Amino acid sequence: MCNSHFRGSMISPRYHREVPQRYRLEAGKCKQCGHISFPPRLICPKCKSKSFETVKLSRDGKILTFTIIRVAPEKFSKETPYVVAIIELNNDVRLTAQVADCNVNKVAIGDKVKLVFRKIQDEGKSGLHCYGYKAVLG
Amino acid sequence: MKDVAVVGVGMTKFGELWKKSLRDIFVEASLKAIENSGVDHIDSMYVGTMSSGLFVGQEHIGAVMADYLGVAPVPATRVESACASGGAAFRQAYFEIASGQSEIVLAGGVEKMTDGADVTDALATAADQEYEVYNGITFPGLYAMIARAHMHQYKTSREQLAHVAVKNHKNGSMNPNAQFRSPVTLEQVMKSTMVADPLRLLDCSPVSDGGAVVIVCSVDYAKKLKRPYVKIISSVQTSDTIALHNRESLTALKCVSVAAEKAYKQSGLKPSDINFAEVHDCFTIAEIVVTEDLGFFEKGKGGQAAENGSTSINGKIPINTSGGLKSKGHPVGATGIAQIVECYVQLTGNAGERQVKNAKYGLAQNMGGSGASCVIHILEAV
Repeated sequence: MCNSHFRGSMISPRYHREVPQRYRLEAGKCKQCGHISFPPRLICPKCKSKSFETVKLSRDGKILTFTIIRVAPEKFSKETPYVVAIIELNNDVRLTAQVADCNVNKVAIGDKVKLVFRKIQDEGKSGLHCYGYKAVLG
Repeated sequence: MKDVAVVGVGMTKFGELWKKSLRDIFVEASLKAIENSGVDHIDSMYVGTMSSGLFVGQEHIGAVMADYLGVAPVPATRVESACASGGAAFRQAYFEIASGQSEIVLAGGVEKMTDGADVTDALATAADQEYEVYNGITFPGLYAMIARAHMHQYKTSREQLAHVAVKNHKNGSMNPNAQFRSPVTLEQVMKSTMVADPLRLLDCSPVSDGGAVVIVCSVDYAKKLKRPYVKIISSVQTSDTIALHNRESLTALKCVSVAAEKAYKQSGLKPSDINFAEVHDCFTIAEIVVTEDLGFFEKGKGGQAAENGSTSINGKIPINTSGGLKSKGHPVGATGIAQIVECYVQLTGNAGERQVKNAKYGLAQNMGGSGASCVIHILEAV
Protein backbone atom coordinates (compact mmCIF):
# COMPACT_ATOMS: atom_id res chain seq x y z
CA MET A 1 0.00 0.00 0.00
CA CYS A 2 2.82 2.36 0.80
CA ASN A 3 0.45 4.94 2.14
CA SER A 4 1.34 6.86 5.26
CA HIS A 5 -2.23 6.72 6.52
CA PHE A 6 -2.05 2.96 7.01
CA ARG A 7 1.17 1.86 8.64
CA GLY A 8 1.67 -1.87 8.94
CA SER A 9 4.57 -4.20 9.52
CA MET A 10 3.66 -6.70 6.82
CA ILE A 11 3.38 -6.24 3.10
CA SER A 12 -0.20 -5.26 2.61
CA PRO A 13 -2.95 -6.70 0.43
CA ARG A 14 -3.30 -3.23 -1.09
CA TYR A 15 0.29 -3.28 -2.30
CA HIS A 16 0.16 -6.91 -3.34
CA ARG A 17 -2.81 -6.55 -5.67
CA GLU A 18 -1.06 -3.85 -7.71
CA VAL A 19 2.04 -6.02 -8.29
CA PRO A 20 1.08 -7.29 -11.78
CA GLN A 21 0.67 -3.71 -12.99
CA ARG A 22 3.63 -2.16 -11.19
CA TYR A 23 6.15 -4.97 -11.72
CA ARG A 24 5.11 -6.35 -15.09
CA LEU A 25 3.10 -3.50 -16.66
CA GLU A 26 0.09 -5.77 -17.16
CA ALA A 27 -2.89 -4.02 -18.72
CA GLY A 28 -6.37 -5.00 -19.90
CA LYS A 29 -7.01 -4.96 -23.65
CA CYS A 30 -10.70 -4.71 -24.54
CA LYS A 31 -11.72 -7.67 -26.70
CA GLN A 32 -14.41 -5.59 -28.38
CA CYS A 33 -12.74 -2.26 -29.27
CA GLY A 34 -9.06 -2.91 -28.57
CA HIS A 35 -8.69 -0.04 -26.08
CA ILE A 36 -5.97 -0.74 -23.53
CA SER A 37 -6.71 0.15 -19.90
CA PHE A 38 -3.83 0.58 -17.49
CA PRO A 39 -4.40 -0.43 -14.78
CA PRO A 40 -6.96 -3.05 -15.91
CA ARG A 41 -10.61 -2.13 -15.37
CA LEU A 42 -13.82 -4.13 -15.08
CA ILE A 43 -15.58 -2.17 -17.82
CA CYS A 44 -14.07 -0.55 -20.91
CA PRO A 45 -14.30 3.25 -20.68
CA LYS A 46 -14.64 3.49 -24.47
CA CYS A 47 -17.17 0.81 -25.47
CA LYS A 48 -18.48 -0.52 -22.11
CA SER A 49 -17.49 -4.09 -22.93
CA LYS A 50 -16.62 -6.28 -19.93
CA SER A 51 -14.38 -8.66 -21.82
CA PHE A 52 -10.61 -8.18 -21.65
CA GLU A 53 -7.37 -9.99 -22.33
CA THR A 54 -4.19 -9.32 -20.34
CA VAL A 55 -1.43 -7.64 -22.32
CA LYS A 56 1.94 -6.19 -21.36
CA LEU A 57 2.60 -2.54 -22.09
CA SER A 58 5.45 -1.36 -24.24
CA ARG A 59 8.30 -0.04 -22.10
CA ASP A 60 9.19 2.62 -24.66
CA GLY A 61 7.57 6.01 -24.90
CA LYS A 62 8.02 9.77 -24.83
CA ILE A 63 7.49 12.61 -22.39
CA LEU A 64 4.29 14.62 -22.96
CA THR A 65 4.80 16.97 -20.02
CA PHE A 66 6.76 16.98 -16.78
CA THR A 67 7.61 18.84 -13.61
CA ILE A 68 10.50 18.95 -11.17
CA ILE A 69 9.23 18.32 -7.65
CA ARG A 70 11.02 20.59 -5.17
CA VAL A 71 8.56 20.24 -2.29
CA ALA A 72 7.54 16.62 -1.73
CA PRO A 73 5.40 14.70 0.76
CA GLU A 74 7.44 13.36 3.69
CA LYS A 75 8.11 9.94 2.16
CA PHE A 76 9.72 11.47 -0.95
CA SER A 77 11.34 14.47 0.75
CA LYS A 78 14.87 13.03 0.70
CA GLU A 79 14.72 12.59 -3.07
CA THR A 80 14.05 16.18 -4.14
CA PRO A 81 14.55 17.55 -6.69
CA TYR A 82 13.11 14.79 -8.85
CA VAL A 83 11.29 14.74 -12.18
CA VAL A 84 7.76 13.39 -12.62
CA ALA A 85 6.40 13.11 -16.14
CA ILE A 86 3.32 12.05 -18.04
CA ILE A 87 4.58 9.51 -20.54
CA GLU A 88 2.88 8.21 -23.66
CA LEU A 89 3.96 4.66 -24.36
CA ASN A 90 4.21 3.27 -27.86
CA ASN A 91 0.86 1.54 -27.56
CA ASP A 92 -0.88 4.88 -26.78
CA VAL A 93 -1.23 4.20 -23.06
CA ARG A 94 -0.33 7.14 -20.83
CA LEU A 95 0.97 6.97 -17.30
CA THR A 96 2.67 9.06 -14.64
CA ALA A 97 6.20 8.11 -13.59
CA GLN A 98 9.39 9.55 -12.23
CA VAL A 99 12.23 10.14 -14.65
CA ALA A 100 15.29 8.75 -12.87
CA ASP A 101 19.06 8.97 -13.41
CA CYS A 102 18.88 12.31 -15.21
CA ASN A 103 20.05 15.88 -14.91
CA VAL A 104 16.70 17.39 -13.90
CA ASN A 105 17.48 20.55 -15.85
CA LYS A 106 18.00 18.68 -19.11
CA VAL A 107 14.62 16.94 -19.40
CA ALA A 108 12.35 18.18 -22.23
CA ILE A 109 8.93 17.52 -23.69
CA GLY A 110 9.27 14.95 -26.48
CA ASP A 111 12.26 13.16 -24.93
CA LYS A 112 12.27 9.41 -25.58
CA VAL A 113 12.18 7.29 -22.43
CA LYS A 114 12.21 3.65 -21.39
CA LEU A 115 10.42 2.27 -18.32
CA VAL A 116 12.61 0.35 -15.89
CA PHE A 117 11.94 -1.58 -12.66
CA ARG A 118 12.86 0.47 -9.61
CA LYS A 119 12.22 0.94 -5.93
CA ILE A 120 9.61 3.66 -5.58
CA GLN A 121 9.20 4.17 -1.83
CA ASP A 122 9.24 2.46 1.57
CA GLU A 123 6.18 1.20 3.34
CA GLY A 124 5.34 2.05 6.92
CA LYS A 125 7.63 2.20 9.90
CA SER A 126 9.30 -1.12 9.08
CA GLY A 127 10.55 0.36 5.81
CA LEU A 128 9.58 -2.48 3.46
CA HIS A 129 10.58 -1.59 -0.06
CA CYS A 130 7.84 -0.91 -2.60
CA TYR A 131 8.66 -1.27 -6.28
CA GLY A 132 7.29 -0.21 -9.62
CA TYR A 133 8.28 1.60 -12.80
CA LYS A 134 10.38 4.69 -13.39
CA ALA A 135 11.49 6.12 -16.71
CA VAL A 136 15.04 6.68 -17.88
CA LEU A 137 16.00 8.82 -20.86
CA GLY A 138 16.94 7.22 -24.15
CA MET B 1 -39.13 22.66 -9.66
CA LYS B 2 -39.19 25.79 -7.56
CA ASP B 3 -37.04 28.84 -8.27
CA VAL B 4 -34.23 28.86 -5.73
CA ALA B 5 -32.53 31.76 -3.97
CA VAL B 6 -29.59 32.52 -1.72
CA VAL B 7 -30.91 34.76 1.02
CA GLY B 8 -28.02 35.19 3.40
CA VAL B 9 -24.30 34.53 3.65
CA GLY B 10 -21.61 34.34 6.28
CA MET B 11 -17.94 33.50 6.44
CA THR B 12 -15.03 33.60 8.81
CA LYS B 13 -11.83 35.34 7.97
CA PHE B 14 -9.64 32.88 6.03
CA GLY B 15 -6.12 32.27 7.28
CA GLU B 16 -4.16 30.56 10.02
CA LEU B 17 -6.82 30.52 12.71
CA TRP B 18 -4.74 28.97 15.48
CA LYS B 19 -7.26 29.71 18.22
CA LYS B 20 -10.31 28.33 16.42
CA SER B 21 -11.34 24.69 16.05
CA LEU B 22 -12.93 23.10 12.98
CA ARG B 23 -16.35 23.13 14.60
CA ASP B 24 -16.09 26.69 15.92
CA ILE B 25 -15.07 27.94 12.49
CA PHE B 26 -18.12 26.33 10.92
CA VAL B 27 -20.53 27.50 13.62
CA GLU B 28 -19.19 31.07 13.46
CA ALA B 29 -19.83 31.22 9.70
CA SER B 30 -23.26 29.56 10.13
CA LEU B 31 -24.42 32.01 12.78
CA LYS B 32 -23.40 34.94 10.57
CA ALA B 33 -25.31 33.49 7.62
CA ILE B 34 -28.41 32.75 9.67
CA GLU B 35 -28.41 36.26 11.10
CA ASN B 36 -27.75 37.77 7.69
CA SER B 37 -30.73 35.91 6.19
CA GLY B 38 -33.22 36.56 8.96
CA VAL B 39 -34.47 32.95 8.99
CA ASP B 40 -35.80 31.58 12.28
CA HIS B 41 -34.94 27.92 11.62
CA ILE B 42 -33.32 25.57 9.12
CA ASP B 43 -34.81 22.32 7.85
CA SER B 44 -31.57 20.60 6.93
CA MET B 45 -27.89 21.23 6.29
CA TYR B 46 -25.04 20.14 4.04
CA VAL B 47 -21.40 20.55 4.99
CA GLY B 48 -18.64 20.42 2.41
CA THR B 49 -15.26 19.33 3.69
CA MET B 50 -12.53 17.64 1.73
CA SER B 51 -10.53 15.84 4.33
CA SER B 52 -11.43 16.60 7.93
CA GLY B 53 -10.41 13.01 8.71
CA LEU B 54 -6.82 13.56 7.61
CA PHE B 55 -6.55 17.19 8.70
CA VAL B 56 -7.99 16.86 12.22
CA GLY B 57 -9.02 13.20 12.57
CA GLN B 58 -12.74 13.95 12.62
CA GLU B 59 -15.33 12.39 10.31
CA HIS B 60 -19.13 12.42 10.70
CA ILE B 61 -18.96 16.16 10.14
CA GLY B 62 -22.68 16.63 9.47
CA ALA B 63 -23.60 15.50 12.96
CA VAL B 64 -20.76 17.38 14.65
CA MET B 65 -21.82 20.64 13.07
CA ALA B 66 -25.58 20.17 13.64
CA ASP B 67 -24.82 19.43 17.29
CA TYR B 68 -22.59 22.47 17.84
CA LEU B 69 -24.89 24.75 15.84
CA GLY B 70 -27.69 23.59 18.13
CA VAL B 71 -30.00 22.48 15.34
CA ALA B 72 -30.14 18.70 15.93
CA PRO B 73 -32.25 16.70 15.03
CA VAL B 74 -32.28 18.26 11.52
CA PRO B 75 -30.74 16.08 8.81
CA ALA B 76 -27.08 17.01 8.45
CA THR B 77 -24.88 15.51 5.74
CA ARG B 78 -21.24 15.90 4.86
CA VAL B 79 -20.57 16.26 1.13
CA GLU B 80 -17.17 15.44 -0.32
CA SER B 81 -15.88 16.08 -3.80
CA ALA B 82 -12.28 17.03 -2.96
CA CYS B 83 -11.71 20.76 -3.56
CA ALA B 84 -15.21 20.99 -5.07
CA SER B 85 -16.87 19.81 -1.84
CA GLY B 86 -18.32 23.26 -1.11
CA GLY B 87 -19.85 23.65 -4.54
CA ALA B 88 -21.26 20.12 -4.36
CA ALA B 89 -22.78 20.83 -0.92
CA PHE B 90 -24.42 23.98 -2.28
CA ARG B 91 -25.85 21.98 -5.17
CA GLN B 92 -27.46 19.51 -2.74
CA ALA B 93 -29.15 22.39 -0.95
CA TYR B 94 -30.32 23.74 -4.31
CA PHE B 95 -31.94 20.38 -5.18
CA GLU B 96 -33.60 20.06 -1.79
CA ILE B 97 -35.24 23.47 -2.15
CA ALA B 98 -36.05 23.07 -5.85
CA SER B 99 -37.81 19.78 -5.13
CA GLY B 100 -39.98 21.36 -2.47
CA GLN B 101 -38.81 18.95 0.23
CA SER B 102 -37.54 21.72 2.50
CA GLU B 103 -38.22 25.39 3.14
CA ILE B 104 -34.77 26.50 4.32
CA VAL B 105 -31.46 24.68 3.87
CA LEU B 106 -28.05 25.68 5.17
CA ALA B 107 -25.14 24.93 2.83
CA GLY B 108 -21.65 25.39 4.18
CA GLY B 109 -18.07 24.40 3.78
CA VAL B 110 -15.15 24.26 6.17
CA GLU B 111 -11.57 23.09 6.47
CA LYS B 112 -8.98 23.23 9.24
CA MET B 113 -5.59 22.67 7.61
CA THR B 114 -3.12 24.08 10.12
CA ASP B 115 -3.47 21.58 12.97
CA GLY B 116 -0.29 19.70 12.05
CA ALA B 117 -1.24 17.21 9.33
CA ASP B 118 1.07 16.62 6.35
CA VAL B 119 -0.94 18.92 4.08
CA THR B 120 0.81 17.94 0.83
CA ASP B 121 0.05 14.31 1.62
CA ALA B 122 -3.59 14.98 2.54
CA LEU B 123 -4.28 17.10 -0.54
CA ALA B 124 -2.72 14.46 -2.76
CA THR B 125 -5.53 12.06 -1.80
CA ALA B 126 -7.66 13.96 -4.35
CA ALA B 127 -5.49 12.47 -7.10
CA ASP B 128 -5.14 8.79 -8.06
CA GLN B 129 -3.43 7.26 -5.01
CA GLU B 130 -2.24 4.11 -6.76
CA TYR B 131 -1.12 5.47 -10.14
CA GLU B 132 -0.19 9.11 -9.59
CA VAL B 133 0.60 9.74 -5.93
CA TYR B 134 2.37 6.39 -5.47
CA ASN B 135 4.95 7.56 -7.99
CA GLY B 136 5.72 10.78 -6.14
CA ILE B 137 3.50 13.41 -7.76
CA THR B 138 2.05 16.25 -5.68
CA PHE B 139 -0.84 18.63 -6.37
CA PRO B 140 1.38 21.53 -7.35
CA GLY B 141 3.18 18.96 -9.53
CA LEU B 142 -0.01 18.01 -11.39
CA TYR B 143 -0.87 21.63 -12.16
CA ALA B 144 2.77 22.26 -13.04
CA MET B 145 2.48 19.56 -15.71
CA ILE B 146 -0.65 21.30 -17.06
CA ALA B 147 1.26 24.60 -17.01
CA ARG B 148 4.24 23.20 -18.87
CA ALA B 149 2.01 21.61 -21.50
CA HIS B 150 0.05 24.87 -21.90
CA MET B 151 3.27 26.90 -22.21
CA HIS B 152 4.57 24.40 -24.79
CA GLN B 153 1.38 24.31 -26.86
CA TYR B 154 0.23 27.95 -26.68
CA LYS B 155 3.42 29.84 -25.82
CA THR B 156 1.87 30.95 -22.54
CA SER B 157 4.66 32.75 -20.70
CA ARG B 158 5.95 32.44 -17.16
CA GLU B 159 5.13 36.16 -16.70
CA GLN B 160 1.52 35.58 -17.75
CA LEU B 161 1.13 33.05 -14.95
CA ALA B 162 2.54 35.60 -12.52
CA HIS B 163 0.01 38.23 -13.65
CA VAL B 164 -2.78 36.04 -12.27
CA ALA B 165 -1.19 36.11 -8.82
CA VAL B 166 -0.55 39.86 -8.95
CA LYS B 167 -4.17 40.59 -9.95
CA ASN B 168 -5.66 38.25 -7.34
CA HIS B 169 -3.52 39.65 -4.53
CA LYS B 170 -4.60 43.14 -5.55
CA ASN B 171 -8.26 42.07 -5.35
CA GLY B 172 -7.68 40.27 -2.07
CA SER B 173 -6.17 43.39 -0.56
CA MET B 174 -9.67 44.87 -0.80
CA ASN B 175 -11.38 41.89 0.88
CA PRO B 176 -11.44 42.06 4.71
CA ASN B 177 -11.89 38.26 4.90
CA ALA B 178 -8.85 37.43 2.74
CA GLN B 179 -5.88 35.56 4.16
CA PHE B 180 -3.37 37.72 2.29
CA ARG B 181 -4.24 41.39 2.07
CA SER B 182 -0.85 42.33 0.75
CA PRO B 183 -0.36 43.10 -2.94
CA VAL B 184 2.56 41.32 -4.63
CA THR B 185 4.69 42.45 -7.57
CA LEU B 186 5.46 40.55 -10.74
CA GLU B 187 9.06 40.36 -9.59
CA GLN B 188 8.13 38.88 -6.21
CA VAL B 189 6.11 36.14 -7.92
CA MET B 190 8.88 35.45 -10.44
CA LYS B 191 11.50 35.17 -7.71
CA SER B 192 9.48 33.21 -5.14
CA THR B 193 10.63 29.71 -4.17
CA MET B 194 10.22 27.04 -6.82
CA VAL B 195 7.69 24.40 -5.68
CA ALA B 196 7.17 22.28 -8.82
CA ASP B 197 8.67 23.73 -12.00
CA PRO B 198 7.40 25.96 -13.51
CA LEU B 199 5.15 26.80 -10.53
CA ARG B 200 6.55 28.89 -7.68
CA LEU B 201 5.24 29.52 -4.19
CA LEU B 202 3.29 32.62 -5.27
CA ASP B 203 1.59 30.61 -8.03
CA CYS B 204 0.03 28.40 -5.35
CA SER B 205 -3.01 29.00 -3.18
CA PRO B 206 -2.11 28.86 0.51
CA VAL B 207 -2.84 26.42 3.31
CA SER B 208 -5.81 27.92 5.14
CA ASP B 209 -8.41 27.53 7.84
CA GLY B 210 -11.86 28.92 7.25
CA GLY B 211 -15.57 28.41 6.87
CA ALA B 212 -18.28 29.83 4.62
CA VAL B 213 -22.04 29.30 4.80
CA VAL B 214 -25.06 30.36 2.74
CA ILE B 215 -28.78 30.05 3.40
CA VAL B 216 -30.82 28.63 0.53
CA CYS B 217 -34.60 28.86 0.14
CA SER B 218 -37.20 29.30 -2.58
CA VAL B 219 -37.53 32.67 -4.30
CA ASP B 220 -41.07 32.88 -2.89
CA TYR B 221 -39.81 32.33 0.64
CA ALA B 222 -36.97 34.82 0.13
CA LYS B 223 -39.48 37.50 -0.85
CA LYS B 224 -41.32 36.95 2.43
CA LEU B 225 -38.11 37.41 4.39
CA LYS B 226 -37.70 40.89 2.90
CA ARG B 227 -33.93 40.54 2.80
CA PRO B 228 -31.65 40.92 -0.23
CA TYR B 229 -31.52 37.70 -2.22
CA VAL B 230 -30.07 36.41 -5.48
CA LYS B 231 -31.50 33.74 -7.76
CA ILE B 232 -29.71 30.53 -8.77
CA ILE B 233 -30.25 30.13 -12.52
CA SER B 234 -27.79 27.30 -13.27
CA SER B 235 -26.48 24.39 -11.25
CA VAL B 236 -24.23 21.88 -13.00
CA GLN B 237 -21.72 19.26 -11.91
CA THR B 238 -19.39 17.11 -14.01
CA SER B 239 -16.65 14.51 -13.59
CA ASP B 240 -13.64 13.35 -15.60
CA THR B 241 -10.85 10.79 -15.25
CA ILE B 242 -9.24 10.81 -11.80
CA ALA B 243 -5.72 10.65 -13.25
CA LEU B 244 -4.49 13.62 -15.24
CA HIS B 245 -2.60 11.32 -17.62
CA ASN B 246 -5.86 9.75 -18.85
CA ARG B 247 -7.40 13.06 -20.00
CA GLU B 248 -7.98 13.67 -23.70
CA SER B 249 -6.05 16.93 -23.43
CA LEU B 250 -3.41 18.06 -20.94
CA THR B 251 -4.04 21.73 -21.72
CA ALA B 252 -7.83 21.81 -21.31
CA LEU B 253 -10.19 20.89 -18.50
CA LYS B 254 -13.07 19.01 -20.07
CA CYS B 255 -14.97 18.90 -16.77
CA VAL B 256 -15.10 22.71 -16.99
CA SER B 257 -16.03 23.11 -20.67
CA VAL B 258 -18.78 20.46 -20.45
CA ALA B 259 -20.20 21.99 -17.26
CA ALA B 260 -20.02 25.49 -18.72
CA GLU B 261 -21.88 24.50 -21.84
CA LYS B 262 -24.67 22.98 -19.74
CA ALA B 263 -24.74 25.97 -17.37
CA TYR B 264 -25.10 28.44 -20.24
CA LYS B 265 -27.84 26.32 -21.78
CA GLN B 266 -29.71 26.07 -18.47
CA SER B 267 -29.63 29.83 -17.94
CA GLY B 268 -30.04 30.88 -21.56
CA LEU B 269 -26.89 32.98 -21.26
CA LYS B 270 -23.68 33.24 -23.26
CA PRO B 271 -20.19 33.68 -21.81
CA SER B 272 -20.32 37.36 -22.82
CA ASP B 273 -23.46 37.86 -20.68
CA ILE B 274 -21.57 36.99 -17.47
CA ASN B 275 -20.48 40.13 -15.58
CA PHE B 276 -17.92 38.52 -13.27
CA ALA B 277 -16.75 35.06 -12.21
CA GLU B 278 -15.20 33.41 -9.20
CA VAL B 279 -13.03 30.59 -10.55
CA HIS B 280 -10.95 27.85 -8.97
CA ASP B 281 -7.44 29.36 -9.08
CA CYS B 282 -5.79 26.77 -6.84
CA PHE B 283 -2.74 27.54 -8.99
CA THR B 284 -2.25 30.46 -11.39
CA ILE B 285 -2.34 28.14 -14.42
CA ALA B 286 -5.77 26.87 -13.31
CA GLU B 287 -7.27 30.35 -13.67
CA ILE B 288 -5.81 30.68 -17.17
CA VAL B 289 -7.12 27.30 -18.36
CA VAL B 290 -10.50 27.70 -16.65
CA THR B 291 -11.18 31.16 -18.13
CA GLU B 292 -10.56 29.63 -21.55
CA ASP B 293 -12.74 26.61 -20.91
CA LEU B 294 -15.57 28.79 -19.55
CA GLY B 295 -15.57 30.46 -22.98
CA PHE B 296 -14.41 33.88 -21.80
CA PHE B 297 -11.32 33.69 -24.00
CA GLU B 298 -10.27 31.73 -27.03
CA LYS B 299 -8.34 28.55 -26.24
CA GLY B 300 -4.70 29.42 -25.64
CA LYS B 301 -5.39 33.13 -25.03
CA GLY B 302 -6.01 32.92 -21.27
CA GLY B 303 -2.44 33.94 -20.48
CA GLN B 304 -2.66 37.03 -22.67
CA ALA B 305 -5.97 37.94 -21.04
CA ALA B 306 -4.36 37.82 -17.61
CA GLU B 307 -1.51 39.98 -18.85
CA ASN B 308 -3.55 42.66 -20.63
CA GLY B 309 -5.95 43.33 -17.76
CA SER B 310 -9.05 41.69 -19.27
CA THR B 311 -9.64 39.83 -15.99
CA SER B 312 -9.13 42.74 -13.58
CA ILE B 313 -12.07 44.36 -11.79
CA ASN B 314 -12.48 46.97 -14.51
CA GLY B 315 -11.64 44.57 -17.33
CA LYS B 316 -13.79 42.74 -19.88
CA ILE B 317 -14.66 39.95 -17.44
CA PRO B 318 -13.53 40.47 -13.83
CA ILE B 319 -12.19 37.19 -12.43
CA ASN B 320 -11.85 36.46 -8.72
CA THR B 321 -12.79 39.85 -7.34
CA SER B 322 -12.62 38.24 -3.88
CA GLY B 323 -8.90 37.59 -4.33
CA GLY B 324 -9.62 34.02 -5.40
CA LEU B 325 -8.12 30.98 -3.74
CA LYS B 326 -4.72 32.56 -4.29
CA SER B 327 -5.15 35.55 -2.00
CA LYS B 328 -8.41 35.04 -0.13
CA GLY B 329 -7.16 31.59 0.93
CA HIS B 330 -8.19 28.01 0.15
CA PRO B 331 -9.63 26.16 3.15
CA VAL B 332 -10.50 23.43 0.70
CA GLY B 333 -14.06 22.47 1.65
CA ALA B 334 -15.06 26.11 2.24
CA THR B 335 -13.88 27.39 -1.13
CA GLY B 336 -16.94 26.51 -3.22
CA ILE B 337 -19.24 28.20 -0.72
CA ALA B 338 -16.97 31.25 -0.38
CA GLN B 339 -17.32 31.70 -4.15
CA ILE B 340 -21.12 31.82 -3.73
CA VAL B 341 -20.64 34.32 -0.89
CA GLU B 342 -18.65 36.60 -3.22
CA CYS B 343 -21.29 36.27 -5.95
CA TYR B 344 -23.99 37.23 -3.43
CA VAL B 345 -22.00 40.19 -2.12
CA GLN B 346 -21.32 41.45 -5.66
CA LEU B 347 -24.88 40.89 -6.92
CA THR B 348 -26.40 42.68 -3.93
CA GLY B 349 -24.03 45.62 -4.46
CA ASN B 350 -22.16 45.22 -1.19
CA ALA B 351 -18.61 44.55 -2.42
CA GLY B 352 -17.30 48.01 -1.48
CA GLU B 353 -14.13 49.06 -3.26
CA ARG B 354 -13.98 45.82 -5.25
CA GLN B 355 -17.58 46.17 -6.51
CA VAL B 356 -18.16 45.26 -10.17
CA LYS B 357 -20.36 47.93 -11.75
CA ASN B 358 -23.85 46.88 -12.90
CA ALA B 359 -23.30 43.26 -11.93
CA LYS B 360 -26.31 41.22 -13.03
CA TYR B 361 -24.91 37.72 -13.60
CA GLY B 362 -22.13 36.05 -11.59
CA LEU B 363 -20.62 32.63 -12.25
CA ALA B 364 -18.95 30.40 -9.64
CA GLN B 365 -16.67 27.57 -10.84
CA ASN B 366 -15.38 25.13 -8.23
CA MET B 367 -13.08 22.24 -9.16
CA GLY B 368 -11.85 19.04 -7.54
CA GLY B 369 -8.49 17.36 -8.00
CA SER B 370 -6.60 18.13 -11.19
CA GLY B 371 -9.97 18.56 -12.90
CA ALA B 372 -11.79 15.31 -12.11
CA SER B 373 -14.77 17.23 -10.67
CA CYS B 374 -16.31 20.56 -11.52
CA VAL B 375 -19.31 22.41 -10.12
CA ILE B 376 -20.66 25.55 -11.80
CA HIS B 377 -23.42 27.84 -10.58
CA ILE B 378 -24.73 30.98 -12.21
CA LEU B 379 -26.46 33.50 -9.95
CA GLU B 380 -28.65 36.43 -10.98
CA ALA B 381 -29.27 39.71 -9.22
CA VAL B 382 -32.96 40.52 -8.68
